[in-house]
Amino acid sequence: MTLDEIQPGKKVVIKSVGGQGLLRRRLLEMGLTPKTKVMVRKVAPMGDPIEVFLRSYVLTLRKDDASKIAVEEVKDE
Amino acid sequence: MSKKIALIGNQNCGKTTLFNALTGSSQHVGNFPGVTVEQKRGFIKKHKEDYELIDLPGIYSLSPYTSEEIVSTQFLLEEHPDLIIDIIDATNIERNLYLTMQLMELNIPMILVLNMMDEVIQSGNCIDIDGLQERMGMKVIPISASKNEGIEDVITAIEKTIDQPARHLDLCSGPVHKAIHAISHIVEQKAHDLGLPVRYCVTKLIEGDTNMYKRLYVNDNDKHIIEHILEGMENESGTDREAALVDMRYSFIEEVCYYCVFSESATKEQVRSEKIDRLLTHKYFGIPIFIGIMLLIFYFTFSLLGAPLQDLLDQGITFLSDSLLHFLEINDVAYWLRALIGDGILAGVGSVLSFLPVIVILFFFLSLLEDSGYMARVAFVMDKALRKIGLSGRSFVPMLIGFGCSVPAIMATRTLASDRDRKMTIVLTPFMSCSAKLPIYGMIIAAFFPSKAALVMITIYCIGILVAIVSAVFLKKTVFLGEPVPFVMELPAYRIPTFKNVLLNVWDKAKDFIHKAFTVIFIASIVIWFLQSFNFTFDMIEDSSQSILAAIGSYVAPIFKPLGFDDWRASTALMTGITAKESVVSTLTVLTQASSTVSLNNALATIFTPLSAFTYLVFTVLYMPCIAAFAATKRELCSWIQAILTVSFQTGMAYLVALLIYQIGSVIL
Repeated sequence: MTLDEIQPGKKVVIKSVGGQGLLRRRLLEMGLTPKTKVMVRKVAPMGDPIEVFLRSYVLTLRKDDASKIAVEEVKDE
Repeated sequence: MSKKIALIGNQNCGKTTLFNALTGSSQHVGNFPGVTVEQKRGFIKKHKEDYELIDLPGIYSLSPYTSEEIVSTQFLLEEHPDLIIDIIDATNIERNLYLTMQLMELNIPMILVLNMMDEVIQSGNCIDIDGLQERMGMKVIPISASKNEGIEDVITAIEKTIDQPARHLDLCSGPVHKAIHAISHIVEQKAHDLGLPVRYCVTKLIEGDTNMYKRLYVNDNDKHIIEHILEGMENESGTDREAALVDMRYSFIEEVCYYCVFSESATKEQVRSEKIDRLLTHKYFGIPIFIGIMLLIFYFTFSLLGAPLQDLLDQGITFLSDSLLHFLEINDVAYWLRALIGDGILAGVGSVLSFLPVIVILFFFLSLLEDSGYMARVAFVMDKALRKIGLSGRSFVPMLIGFGCSVPAIMATRTLASDRDRKMTIVLTPFMSCSAKLPIYGMIIAAFFPSKAALVMITIYCIGILVAIVSAVFLKKTVFLGEPVPFVMELPAYRIPTFKNVLLNVWDKAKDFIHKAFTVIFIASIVIWFLQSFNFTFDMIEDSSQSILAAIGSYVAPIFKPLGFDDWRASTALMTGITAKESVVSTLTVLTQASSTVSLNNALATIFTPLSAFTYLVFTVLYMPCIAAFAATKRELCSWIQAILTVSFQTGMAYLVALLIYQIGSVIL
């Protein structure tokens, strides 16, 4: 599963971050590192980009870029 | 020599507010050399010339990708500031500390300022300041910049820390840490000789920065050893070097937060933001609300407040210049000098200055949108629309303002997140037909297309937008090659803008504009006036058809023959249109000696056919913007050459499109 496929409202944990160069570095640096918990909050009105919540802040990224991030679902504690 | 203090932090962490609070009114705005990145400097209050504060751009990391990151890194490494003030958002410590971790590698004395502490405390959360201080190895000052709380503490901390050496901290552990140590031994001496911080050099080597390899003259043998160390590190940590490095930093931060940050719940502001966003970025209402907000701002700026103020200022300027001219006349000042002052300088600068109310009002609203956090939502909502042309949602607002006036639109590009986006938006914005061109459309439509007014107007606007899109794609594939900066952007919590920030921002823009009016525009007005009022023997002329400008107009007129209008009056009007677009109308009126609308229409019919009138319209929409917009372009691009290239490109596109339309039109019609 990748981050772009996740329904809004669902929580996931990051398995790995793909992509390369500037994009990959930026994703990692913004805190999208493996084992980080992320909640998908919203999809923009035109269907893209998406809004996610992680490390107590809100981030937006494009679906194309989100598709580079492999995730798995976590059950709500 | 004053001590240099660098202020750095993520975007949206209140850096500007702290800068304003620390420096008061002593600041001045410039650019980092060679790029469109803004640089603000100011002296810290109470210390006058002793402590100079330099505001670095809001960035999330020191990686060498965007021009903001590059200039910041360069500044820190090459200008050797005496102290770094790292400001972080206390409601979002984890991500904010990432940059801190990178800054700590630079071996420069640092203090950490925790902003927005009021929000943390109000929400019942708490941060162990002493613990944080201990773990980070630097002074930590809690403040609330927007409430002006803690500013004195920051100044005291600066005084205490500035002459202290940087504390060496050996953070972290694990395989990456081991690798860093091993590589340090190899490059330590060379880094030392070059005056570069060792740990910074090593992380650059781990990231595979080829420049750093060259800079440190790493030979093949050492390269080999480093590679070996890194492979070992990758095996042990089970991930690649880039991710391992980032992960090490975040692991350290997580540990710090685990022991020092106690946040039970989201802050009130975060909860409130989520609620606001339910409406403002709503699936169906998000876009209409955005359009509504922009329409409202346009209405306030261009009609409700702007227009009457503009008229008032216009009248004021006219009154002043009339009185001045009268005074000069009764004192027997030479006619040519009176004409220079009256028709040249006062008319030219005055007509541009009357835009000032519009600029002030518009930037008042734009600062509100920016400081409240809504601008980031606009980017979120509109991103998809601009992606195909290689821009992000952030460029939408400047382009939209372009329909009002190109000058503030170009000035507004300064808030865009990357140098590339800024430059591209500056080039494209003038294609959005500005409101000063409306009189031209009015004149031509009245004379040639009175029954199809709406259709012609819509077509003209659409041609502008279409040309912008085509140009964007063209520029993306030629001039602005390379990867665009990825659209990975924080959506900050909504906050109430502080009055002081908004006011200072508006004041900045107004000052900028007045400065332009009295430099570039001042000179341009004199030149145009001279060309309009003199002939080649430098005698003043009564009949404007005898002027140098008219001669140049006649000379260049044949160039426009393929476009369908080779009358010298048409080309002369295009040239005066460069001072201000409305001048096209007044020039054509004067040169055709039309005394009424009917006679103007008749005269125009002798210059244009309906088809060539239309291509003339197309040309006026697209060709180089007025001198005020040119000055803004030059100011934002920080380069005469690039500014001239920009307007040449715009004029070239205008010619090309008008040519196509006329030639194809002639065949079909």
